[in-house]
Formats: sequence, C-alpha cells, structure tokens
Amino acid sequence: MSLDLAKIRLQFPILSEFAYLDNAATAQTPQIAIDAVSDFYEDSNANVHRGLHPLAEKATEAYEDARQAISKFINSKYSEEIIFTSGTTESINLVARSLGESELKEGDKIVLTVLEHHSNITPWLQLKNRTGAEVSWIDIDDEGNLKMDELDSILDEGNVSLVSVTGLSNVIGVRPPIEEIIKKAHAKGAKVLIDAAQLAAHHKIDVQKLDCDFLAFSGHKVYGPMGIGVLYGKKDLLESMPPFQTGGGMIRSVSAESFTCADLPEKFEAGTPPVAEAVGLKTAIDWLSQFDWKDIEEHEGKLIELAIKELTSINSLTILCSKTENRKPKTENRSSSIGFTIDGVHPHDLTDILGEKGICLRAGHHCAQPLHERFNVEASTRLSIGIYNTEEEILKVKPAIEEAIRVFE
Amino acid sequence: MNIYAENILDHFKNPRGKRELADPTVSHEEVNLACGDKLTIHLKIEDGAIKEAAWEGSGCAISLGAMSILWEKLEGMKVKNATEMSEDDIREMLGVPISKRRSKCAFLCLEGFKNALFDLTP
Repeated sequence: MSLDLAKIRLQFPILSEFAYLDNAATAQTPQIAIDAVSDFYEDSNANVHRGLHPLAEKATEAYEDARQAISKFINSKYSEEIIFTSGTTESINLVARSLGESELKEGDKIVLTVLEHHSNITPWLQLKNRTGAEVSWIDIDDEGNLKMDELDSILDEGNVSLVSVTGLSNVIGVRPPIEEIIKKAHAKGAKVLIDAAQLAAHHKIDVQKLDCDFLAFSGHKVYGPMGIGVLYGKKDLLESMPPFQTGGGMIRSVSAESFTCADLPEKFEAGTPPVAEAVGLKTAIDWLSQFDWKDIEEHEGKLIELAIKELTSINSLTILCSKTENRKPKTENRSSSIGFTIDGVHPHDLTDILGEKGICLRAGHHCAQPLHERFNVEASTRLSIGIYNTEEEILKVKPAIEEAIRVFE
Repeated sequence: MNIYAENILDHFKNPRGKRELADPTVSHEEVNLACGDKLTIHLKIEDGAIKEAAWEGSGCAISLGAMSILWEKLEGMKVKNATEMSEDDIREMLGVPISKRRSKCAFLCLEGFKNALFDLTP
C-alpha cells in the first residue's frame, strides 16, 4: 500500500510554507508529537524516579514507556539496553569515554571510515590523544562504496578494538554494508558501533539481527524533538563499562569517600533526563511505526531517483560520487541524501537564493570535512528527504537552481 | 533589495586586488569554519599607512565580493584608522541589507583584515 501523503502532511503544518529538503539536518515533528510534549508539561510534569507522589509516578511511567517504545523500534532484547542521551553525539562520546578509557590502551586500534560525520570522528581522536590508541581509516571508491579490502587488511593486522561506522552517509546517502562489517569485525574480536543518526529515519533497524555492539541515533532526525537521543548497547557490555557522567539519578549510594552505581539503564543517565522529549520521541516513533518500512523505502527511493534525474539534467552540476559516464550515482545503495556541487555557484549562494524561494537545502561541509577533503571540494549542497516530501517539491528544485546559475553567469 | 546587487556580482566576477604580494609586512589567513571560505590578506605597511594590499582566497559571492569591495578602500589608509573599521562600514560599502545568515560571509574580510593588523602589533 502506498503512503497517503496528503494525510501525512496534515501532521506537519510547517510544510505548507516550505519545500523542506534539509531532513538530514533535522526532520520536522508531527503535530501529535509536539502536542505530546506540551501535554506532558500540562498534565504529568514531575521529576522521574524516587518520587512517591502521583505526578512523579505518572512522569516515571511515561519515561519508561518511552524506553519500551524505543526498545521495540530497534528490537533490542532488553529495554535497559536503551540509554537516553541528548543525541547521537553524546551517545558516541559516552562509548568513547566509558569503553574507550576503561579498555583501550596504547597500540589498540579504532577503525573509522571517510564517510563519517564529525560526531563519529572527534570523540575517537580525543580518545587517541588520551590513551595512545590508533585511529585507522577506511577509504571509499569513486562511487562512494567502502573499500572493504582495506577493512580486511586492518583487521588482519590485529589489535582492532572497535569499528565505528555510519549506517548511512549524511552527505552522499551511501549505505555501507554494516551487516558484513559487523561479521568481519566480530570474527577478529573487534566490537562495532553503528552511527544510525541518518539510518534510523529511513530504514528498519533490528539490533539483534545486526548483532552490533552499540548503535546511536538522535530523536530529532526520526521526527521527534531535539535534545534527546539514544544509545543502544549490548547488556553485558554496558554492565561492564564504567559510568560516563556521574551525579544524581545514576547512583546506588554515596558516602564521603566513594559511590556505587545504579543498575542499567540509570547508571548512564546522570542528572534529570529529558522526560518530555522522551514522551515526544515515543509519540513520533509510534506515529512513524504505523507505516510499513517497505512503503517508506519505496516512496523515498522514488523521490531520490527523481531528484537524481532532475539534478543530473543540469550540465554544470556534479553529484558527489557519481559514475563518470552518465554522471548518475548508482541508486541501489543510496537513500535520503544527495550531495552536489555546481561550477561557478558556491553552495552558500545557491542555498540562500533557493531559501528565498522557500526551498530549504543545506550548504557547507555538513560536519564531514574528511569526506569533502576526499572529494577535494570545500563545500557542497545537500538535498535530503523525509517521509512527507512530494514529487512536486523535488520538481521545484531544478528550475530554482537554474535561476541561481543565471545570476552568476 | 537583493543581496546579489550588480556591484557585488561585478566584484565577485571581476575581483579587484586578488593576487599575490611580494614581501608583505603581514599576511593573514582567515577561515570561516562554518563553510570553509578562506581569505588570505597581504599588507605592505610603510610610515603607519597601508602602502599596498592584495588578497587571495575562495568562497561564496558575498565573502569574495565584500573582500574585493573592501580592498578598494585599503591602499593609503592609515593603520590607526584601519583598526577602527566596523561592521557598519562594511554594510555601507556593500550597500545591501546583510541578513544574519550571511553576516559571517560578509564580514569575513573585515575579520581577516583586522586580524592581519592585529598580527602587526608588537
């Protein structure tokens, strides 16, 4: 069954004013989730855990229901494997600090790919500085596919502690073969973290089937509120890891000399958690889950195919990582995002001009400087879609780009 | 009024003062970290004034156009007066409204120029 876009768009009044094609930066939030946040503050607001009054109980129930919903969304075995964080960035920093500083030593390796977002680079560079661990990089070929033979040789050299890889590039929309990466890494005793910041809104995630050790994503990119994110970790790993931040909410007992930690998941949730945001995220995910992934993938796949067709018909435009003969990227492993450059038109100028016409695209390095260095471009323009985008919106882009090109001719 | 006014586009397409400079008193590179725009400003200072100026760089039409427009004012300017230049001076030179989202682009030249002068201070 195909998606009823008119009905979907009713949930997003903001879309009536804009052709919003900047979903990789943040997705819009359905009204039902916005209402859930304000309803929480109106009817259930209290701090969670350890309160004995009825409001505290209501807030705690709502917060823990949200955890259950996330657990179901990514199919984790136990709900306590779901740690609420402020976003993907904090989730990855948590692993880098906690696992990194307790387990990694000089000479151990962390493997990253050139596709990574800065939030999956800098925590590991910090760890490298603190522990003397090494960071090894996997390159891509001209079509954006990871060079798996490079992963093989790094794994064969030994001492790899962790492979941390994106599930979907936030710039070129390529999907690395994460199942294969996880199998290969595990065969050599390495753990795997999946940065699912982009993946989570566009494809089904099953952490048990994937068998990844950690997986991180942000609420606001899966149509939820900003300020909340998720770290999934295998229970035995999370149990053996030291706490990341310490303070209220995460302790069992504190004396003048020392403290002991609470059990999972509280151990990793120091301080007052983002309860209203968790409620909003649960509502957004419940809303998203009414649709079949097959229908979402089919709809978004068609939009990306149309966008590629439209963009490649502009002569001075180059899609990053496209085939040289027809200037088109392979679509079978692409989704949700397209990065491109235009001869003679800087991305900032382009997106400013498109913005004036109500067409929202993003310009810059998209927090992926190593990837842009790999392409030898300083900045690119990115078109990224969500479930609510329409063919009409995609068709507005080409004429607007052509008008911008004429300004600089 | 459109930010892509004729004079800004003209300066972007035909940049003034965009070249190397032999034996500059100071060269300073200014980078807009948000987008990667880069300007390198070369100044030759004699008797407390800018005797010669030149610049190199890459970026959007606003950052390069503004740099080219600013360059036209630099040669002959007293260093003392130069250090007092403000964002309002750049706004006046450009003659178009600068939105908040483009202010980093428009003022990159001023930032680079003032930091070049700052590098001069003993």
